[in-house]
Amino acid sequence: MAALYQQYRNHMLFSLMAGLLILVAFIQSLSVSLTILNLCLISAIMALGVNIQWGYAGLFNEGVMGFAALGGLAGVLISMPPVSDAWQAGGLGILFGLVITIGTVVTCLFTWSRIQHLRQQRYWITAAIIISGYALLRIFFDPSVNAVESVNPSVTGYLGGLGLPILVAWPVGALFAAGIAFVIGKIALGLRSDYLAIATLGISEIIIFFIKNEEWLTRGVKNVNGLPRPVPYEIDLQQAQWFQDWAMALGMQADDASAVFVKICYALLFIAVIGVLLWLSETALKSPWGRMMRAIRDNETAAAAMGKDVTWQHLRVFILGSAVIGLAGAMLTTLDGQFTPVGYNPLRFTFLIWVMVIIGGSGNNWGAVLGGFFIWFFWIEAEPIGLWLIDALTSGMDPQSAVRAHLLEGAAHMRLMTVGIILLLTLRYAPEGLLPEKKRL
Amino acid sequence: MTDFFNALAILGNFLIIPGLTYGSQLALGALGVTLVYGVLRFSNFGHGETMAFGAMVTILVTWALQSVGISIRPLPTALLAIPVGILVTVALTLLIDRFVYRYHRERKANPVIFLIVSIGVMFFLGGLIRFIIGPGDQIFFDGTRFILKARDFKQMTGLNEGLSLKMTQAVTIITAVIIVAAMFWFLNHTRTGKSMRAYSDNENLALLSGINPDRVVLITWILVAALATIAGTLYGLDKSFKPFVYMQLLLPIFASAIVGGVGNPLGAIAGGYVIAFSELILTFAYKKVVLYLGPDNMELESLVQFLGTDYKIAVSFIILVIVLIIKPTGLFSGKTI
Repeated sequence: MAALYQQYRNHMLFSLMAGLLILVAFIQSLSVSLTILNLCLISAIMALGVNIQWGYAGLFNEGVMGFAALGGLAGVLISMPPVSDAWQAGGLGILFGLVITIGTVVTCLFTWSRIQHLRQQRYWITAAIIISGYALLRIFFDPSVNAVESVNPSVTGYLGGLGLPILVAWPVGALFAAGIAFVIGKIALGLRSDYLAIATLGISEIIIFFIKNEEWLTRGVKNVNGLPRPVPYEIDLQQAQWFQDWAMALGMQADDASAVFVKICYALLFIAVIGVLLWLSETALKSPWGRMMRAIRDNETAAAAMGKDVTWQHLRVFILGSAVIGLAGAMLTTLDGQFTPVGYNPLRFTFLIWVMVIIGGSGNNWGAVLGGFFIWFFWIEAEPIGLWLIDALTSGMDPQSAVRAHLLEGAAHMRLMTVGIILLLTLRYAPEGLLPEKKRL
Repeated sequence: MTDFFNALAILGNFLIIPGLTYGSQLALGALGVTLVYGVLRFSNFGHGETMAFGAMVTILVTWALQSVGISIRPLPTALLAIPVGILVTVALTLLIDRFVYRYHRERKANPVIFLIVSIGVMFFLGGLIRFIIGPGDQIFFDGTRFILKARDFKQMTGLNEGLSLKMTQAVTIITAVIIVAAMFWFLNHTRTGKSMRAYSDNENLALLSGINPDRVVLITWILVAALATIAGTLYGLDKSFKPFVYMQLLLPIFASAIVGGVGNPLGAIAGGYVIAFSELILTFAYKKVVLYLGPDNMELESLVQFLGTDYKIAVSFIILVIVLIIKPTGLFSGKTI
């Protein structure tokens, strides 16, 4: 039995997951089940990204949230229509501000490389350049920002996007994340593992702060709603003759059927993406490059002694993983149809993704995907399960009892506790996760 | 001359007193993180939630005390409840150590594994706290609100600007000073404290000298739980208690510990104040101060602010990242207690 499980655990665990989703479809509804499935797919892609960094290379990136948010931002900047009034009001000033920023950075890097011999003074000189650049920025930038933000603030108040189809935002989201990952990697990858974790956590918070507060770009806490969709709208489907016939044939209400249809379209898109990603990651893992990454992960010194450029490879894998997370972030805003910067918190977007990777099995792409599915499933379903459990356990108590009411109210928080316990148990009893990395000889 | 004192009053009221208060809270939190790092050698992501847990127990005891009518006016009742909070939190951290950390310690797990384990503890505690007290805001402050009211200060000195001192601020600063002093006395002058320092400095040498590692770990957790409870309660008294806020506090606390030099208690305290004051100094609007100090008929358009108030917490992250990149050992070159 155990041997059978060892041999087929991939298939068995994935079938179990499918069974759980089908069960939800019957107990709750097909629509709920598909909603969970879609988010499971996105979580699985984020977990794949983290697995590329942690499982392949042992890089401890706690900045998942920041990269996901950058991907989401790409969704806004690519797909929303441009606000021409805002561009006229302050577009030039903002472009000029960007030029100043880039100029400051370039000057900084240039002088930094020239004044290496100056020891202590070089910090002061660099600081002076940054401060003067910042002052210039404030002088030229602030009026334009105010102008842009005051253009019809309740509806727009930002520059808008490019008005392209939102699917374009997916690769762009990956590019955004990759670009920032390059900068972060350049400055932070030299740190020891737990310092890297704290630094990336801090940087991801800075990214969220930036997105929340730079309203001219992102509308900040006012959110961007109504992002265009890559799939048909429910309302159009309900009015289309072919769809009504189709729903009739299946014996469903047109509005239920349209919701399900839209979700299935999303799911198919996401499955296509995850399929390509899995194929790419598996191929990469099997390739000589994958072998080299594992060698670096398992013994950096030995790999370096063999002539491998550890720093460069780390940077490369950090960028790759972050790009995958950015892609998933863009997909998430596409699915939500809105960009809500307040919604990004490290618990849900960083730590939970990490739990997925650890529980799924670090170093194993299928494991990361499975972990993404399982953990997201329980994250969503822990609440109904907890409610049901507490209801059943306290059914003997007086229905008016304060204890029972409190317990039922608290059931919503069961998921934090459950995920914590699952993580602790996994680390102790199955540190390799559900699907351990394949032993290669 | 009055202008100068008016400017000073503004700075005192909005910068110095809040900075000292917030700095003290951060310093106490960072001291806990630093102790775990020094002795147990990992970055404890569960510390924010431990603070929240301690504060929560203190709140529950405070409510119980209030309901039977016990109070120590003008001081807040919570001060009376803190010892109970500490005891319960110590029990909890010891249980967590026994059932979670000890296993990994015995296997000499990598610090990164410890870090991930502490994330699991963070999830668990976060859920437990929300399960017991709910995710909402809890106000448990009682007693006199102000020691010095702005209006009284104005009458006393005849200045235009008021300077007020809240009870919670005074309590926070005084408690922090007492706790820090006691902590240093313990680490430098008692046998146990010295054995902790020795263990942190060089584990093998300490073991050879006959120091009992289990005892060192035990004492460390007790100290950490006590510090976390006090820091959490003081923060809750001063602002308000909300479980989510304590998770957000984790990064400024890490920032304080790292800026000072992680593993170095003196550094943790200095780091706490550095972070608190840089947050305030960089986001403070100096307009009124400049108006007082400048020539009489000066006009100012802008608020004279380095960064928008929205970026307040981001300042600590930026400092954290800069320190990590330029001087990861911190101001006081950490690593040992």
